Amino acid sequence: MSTAAVAPAQIGKSVVIKGELSGCEDLYVDGQVEGSIALTGNSLTVGPNGQVKASIDAKGVIVQGKLEGNIQASERVELRKSAVVTGDISTHRILIEEGAFLKGKVDIQGAQAK
Amino acid sequence: MKLFRGSSGTEAIPAQSQQKLTRRSSGLAELSRMWESAQGLCVLDLGATSAKNIRHFTEHGHKIYSEDLLTASTDPLLVLKGEEGKDEQGNAVLDSRKFLAENLVYPAAHFDVVLCWNLPDYLNESLVKPVVGRLWSVLKPGGMLLAFFHTRDAGPDSPCHRFHIVGPDTLEMRIIELRREVRRGPTGAIHTAISDGFQLQRVFNNRHIENLFRDFASIKFFLARDNIREVLVVR
Repeated sequence: MSTAAVAPAQIGKSVVIKGELSGCEDLYVDGQVEGSIALTGNSLTVGPNGQVKASIDAKGVIVQGKLEGNIQASERVELRKSAVVTGDISTHRILIEEGAFLKGKVDIQGAQAK
Repeated sequence: MKLFRGSSGTEAIPAQSQQKLTRRSSGLAELSRMWESAQGLCVLDLGATSAKNIRHFTEHGHKIYSEDLLTASTDPLLVLKGEEGKDEQGNAVLDSRKFLAENLVYPAAHFDVVLCWNLPDYLNESLVKPVVGRLWSVLKPGGMLLAFFHTRDAGPDSPCHRFHIVGPDTLEMRIIELRREVRRGPTGAIHTAISDGFQLQRVFNNRHIENLFRDFASIKFFLARDNIREVLVVR
């Protein structure tokens, strides 16, 4: 019996999808998606060629490409240095690499005032 | 108001960009007293996206909005078409209405604090006054804005920095890296072009600064040792 981690579902860079995407496995988007993406309990990665115009609801979100829309992540958001994100982010943890572009509000859930 | 224009980037840029500089900021110290004693402030950071700044404010229980206006101003679609697209000196004139339709779109009196950093010194001339006007409207009455201005002694090649808050009165500064494009020219030779570098557009004197913020209720200057004037204005 294999114990290897399941590879995420992939949307390649020549693929264009319009509509609602939902699922219960990790997803890697390197193409274009317009609409909404709901992966409750799983993670979304927007690859370097990815262009996503959608509201996102996932456990974790990693952005390397372009994303326009609000992100709701129950665990963690990572904006890599090539990320261009326009939208509000609500999450528990956020990691932003130097060079990433963000236009929007950041709401860290559970953040305690000192 | 344009007193000088920066020259193109130099080969030393990659080495410089690795440097982390820290500076003490009197303006930041004054603002820190505000956000350390208040709860639930709404803060707008107009510099390059900074994870440290986001962490700083969210840990204090404030709301943080990030909007890199300088990068947004480099959109080539903003340049006015035809003769309107160049001023008398041949510099690009940008469509401020289009810019403000796409950027700084917030309800009136929404923010308690706006961090402008060095934005006015590097922003295209045609956007400076409209942006300051919009900032006035999105600040709450009594809200505060912090901006840095170079003095003439800083020189025309002063690099543009990103600012990270690392203490109540301390900033870490990093030079914003220029993007290098390598391409083959018509003769087959390989050229390295430097693009998207931000160059000092002008030097404001105190009177210019007072005029720029004339609609605000008060203005306070802090002269720093590194040829920077910090300005804290209150709406």
